[in-house]
Amino acid sequence: MIRYVSKRLLFMIPLLLGITIICFTVMHLAPGSPTDMETQMNPRASAEAKERLMALYDLDKPLHVQYWLWLKKIAVLDLGTSFSQDRRPVDRKILERLPITILLNLLSMGLILAVAIPLGVLSAVRQDSWFDRLAGIFVFVGFAVPTFWLALLLMILFGVELGWLPISGIRSLNYEYMTPGAALWDLLKHLILPVGLSAFGGLAGLSRYMRSNMLEVIRQDYILTARAKGLRERTVIYKHALRNALLPVITILGLSVPGLIGGSVIFETIFAIPGMGQLFYMSVMSRDYPVVMGILLIGAVLTLLGNLLADVSYALADPRIRVS
Amino acid sequence: MAGDFWQRFRKNRLAVAGLAVVVLLFVLSFLAPWISPYDAGAIDLKSILQPPSAKHPLGTDPLGRDVLSRMIWGAGISLKVGFVATGIAIVIGTLLGAAAGYYGRWVDALIMRFVDIMLCFPTFFLILAVIAFLEPSIWNIMIIIGATGWMGITRLVRADFISLKERDFVLAARAIGASDARIIFRHLLPNAMASILVAATLGVAGAILTESALSFLGIGVQPPTPSWGNMLTAGKDNIDIAWWLSLYPGLAILVTVLGYNLLGEGIRDALDPRLRR
Repeated sequence: MIRYVSKRLLFMIPLLLGITIICFTVMHLAPGSPTDMETQMNPRASAEAKERLMALYDLDKPLHVQYWLWLKKIAVLDLGTSFSQDRRPVDRKILERLPITILLNLLSMGLILAVAIPLGVLSAVRQDSWFDRLAGIFVFVGFAVPTFWLALLLMILFGVELGWLPISGIRSLNYEYMTPGAALWDLLKHLILPVGLSAFGGLAGLSRYMRSNMLEVIRQDYILTARAKGLRERTVIYKHALRNALLPVITILGLSVPGLIGGSVIFETIFAIPGMGQLFYMSVMSRDYPVVMGILLIGAVLTLLGNLLADVSYALADPRIRVS
Repeated sequence: MAGDFWQRFRKNRLAVAGLAVVVLLFVLSFLAPWISPYDAGAIDLKSILQPPSAKHPLGTDPLGRDVLSRMIWGAGISLKVGFVATGIAIVIGTLLGAAAGYYGRWVDALIMRFVDIMLCFPTFFLILAVIAFLEPSIWNIMIIIGATGWMGITRLVRADFISLKERDFVLAARAIGASDARIIFRHLLPNAMASILVAATLGVAGAILTESALSFLGIGVQPPTPSWGNMLTAGKDNIDIAWWLSLYPGLAILVTVLGYNLLGEGIRDALDPRLRR
């Protein structure tokens, strides 16, 4: 197991380097080069911003030197200081917003699992029943719905028409004066729509995957054996088949990390949630390059970590992976 | 072969419905100047935020522009973005996938590591970061969506090439001295076209979704050019007074994406019934 994990960690090194190279390339689209006439005309890139970019990324030095200097900086998490009024260190700005984004994503991941697995399993067990067909339609439409639009409609329904749920932020203005129970309920009410919508995006894929997985497992010899020795159908399905069909879900969860993180930009912006996604959007709009680069880098590293975590848990759950 | 394909495709009612939606959208966007009841940009401050009525079937926006007309014009924008972005992704993905699959070894290793690295980035983050450095315009959006969406196609084409390149017709072509380029483009690529076509159809749907999300956030297609995405921005700004601004453009996106997805899956099933899920 230790050998497997260390091998996986070694594989991450070239990927991490690749991530930094792509970030570095994106950075060089920046209006910063003094010889670039086009950006001289660009009113959005002020002389001051250009100077600070020069200093931050050592733009006056040769490319490979720039890359090396930048790599040394990010190795110690020195992402520079924000261009915005507060001029705070970028890593601080991101870290204080990261917990809420991670909380939202973990919650929606939990919701995805809780809904998609039963949906997929029931569809497979009752293949071609009306339930399976209905689930199929739901999934197909789910793939095509623009989730930000669904967010608008639900905001209109639950926020404006019915007035049941708040439509912005994560806290009511007066939450400091609430009892702990009321404050928790207040937080939950704020989270229902964003978490539900963010989960909706991943739901379709996982439930379809779960269904086809389950269908495949049911055809295996060991299921035939379980049936042949006279086990009840419930035991066969929910004990023998389900456990084996669940394994690959770990990988799918790992693969869904970039989608969830990317989606946080949309949901945090729509619902005014002070997380990393909203910070990213605001930084893109105000061309706060150090923050944009920092979040791009951290988003990629989080994805990499998600995949690593998925691979390791898979190896823990399934000994066959470790050996091969 | 083509006749077989059409026979099978026609039997799939959902796929035909998807095709009908796609054709209808093409017709709408080409006929937009003649069929849209108003000029898409015509501001009428005397009738702002009108709910749907006989005069304005889908209502008007905060500048008094007719929502139906803007949606008809928006159809063309969606098609343009969908097709150009997907085209870019197909070209990059096919070339890289073909090179990786055909040459194998270090070429393959290098290209596939590049794919792995690109997949580490949440696509939406990458797109937004690039936009931060460029001006948001319809052309930049199309290029960026295409340039960040080719990885799946690379994997697909590579897999096809690997399974095809040891087949007899390829060995025969090599034996008579055909060049690598000839083998790749004349012998291998036509055999991979089926899966590329399916991926392209589904890709158009994805690109339209991405464009609408970007335009909704104000960093895609810029007003006054009408796009379904940026029309929804007005919906959000007037969420408590004008539901029609939120409902209809999103419905158009949903139907369009659904249409392309149904068409794509229909093509896949008709090309190879064994692939039916």
